[in-house]
Amino acid sequence: MLVFFYAPLDADQGFVQKIFYLHVPMAIVALCGFVAGGAMGIMHLRTRDQSWDLRSYVTIHISVILAVGVLVTGSIWARASWGHWWVWDEPMLVSFLIVFLLYATYWPLRFSIEDKEKQSRYASVFAIVAGAFVPLNFAAVRMAEQFTHPQTGATVGGGMPPKFALTFAVAFIGMTCLFVTLCKYEMASKHATFRLRALKRKLAGDDDALAVGSRSAAPQL
Amino acid sequence: MLPALPLDEAGKYVAGAYLIFLALLFVYVAIMASKLSKIEREVVEISQLVENRSQPAEADARVKEPVG
Repeated sequence: MLVFFYAPLDADQGFVQKIFYLHVPMAIVALCGFVAGGAMGIMHLRTRDQSWDLRSYVTIHISVILAVGVLVTGSIWARASWGHWWVWDEPMLVSFLIVFLLYATYWPLRFSIEDKEKQSRYASVFAIVAGAFVPLNFAAVRMAEQFTHPQTGATVGGGMPPKFALTFAVAFIGMTCLFVTLCKYEMASKHATFRLRALKRKLAGDDDALAVGSRSAAPQL
Repeated sequence: MLPALPLDEAGKYVAGAYLIFLALLFVYVAIMASKLSKIEREVVEISQLVENRSQPAEADARVKEPVG
């Protein structure tokens, strides 16, 4: 509501700039999610607690879903602003695509390792390395001033006008809340699945038979 | 950068971006809902297993009770 009825139209881009309130918070939350996944990977390696691996897995999963949204909405915005769906010499777009493709290898990596202990350890190392790459990549793009990403809310004096800033802040908080809710939702689903499996094994009285052959990319508690 | 698009043309892009986001969210929620329904089926399966196990045990206990 704020985006369409409160925030004023951008002087340069007009109505198309409304994509900014969806695209940018989604990108920031996705990138923060990747970094948080790395931090959870550190916690997993330090404590050897499998629940940290699960948290890292779920955080990266939701971040990748948001990253798909970022790429698609960014592409639409690029088409409206530049007349092209994708611009290969735009560092922000290409760097985000690289980050997305990097994280797309997370599931094949997990699935390729059969031993659960090894799988979670290697996945945590991946999450840490990739998580550290994200801010470095972002900083590198910021330093590359050869090309410019579409700037919005630009005023003569610089900075974002208060109405833009408030709308953006609300959109960012909303996106963060959505991210946390989806993470909690998926965590609850995964916990329920694990408890059910454990209960089934207990009832069947055949732990080893069910444990063998349960190859999956998802962490097991 | 191109000059600002007129509202009728820009509206299509803005609506497209927001609808795609909603569609993505909807697909995710639908997948999670199917997973939850699978969990629900498994709960029913387990509760039936528990019931089947407890019924013979109760019948055995009744047989062992002294009559009269």
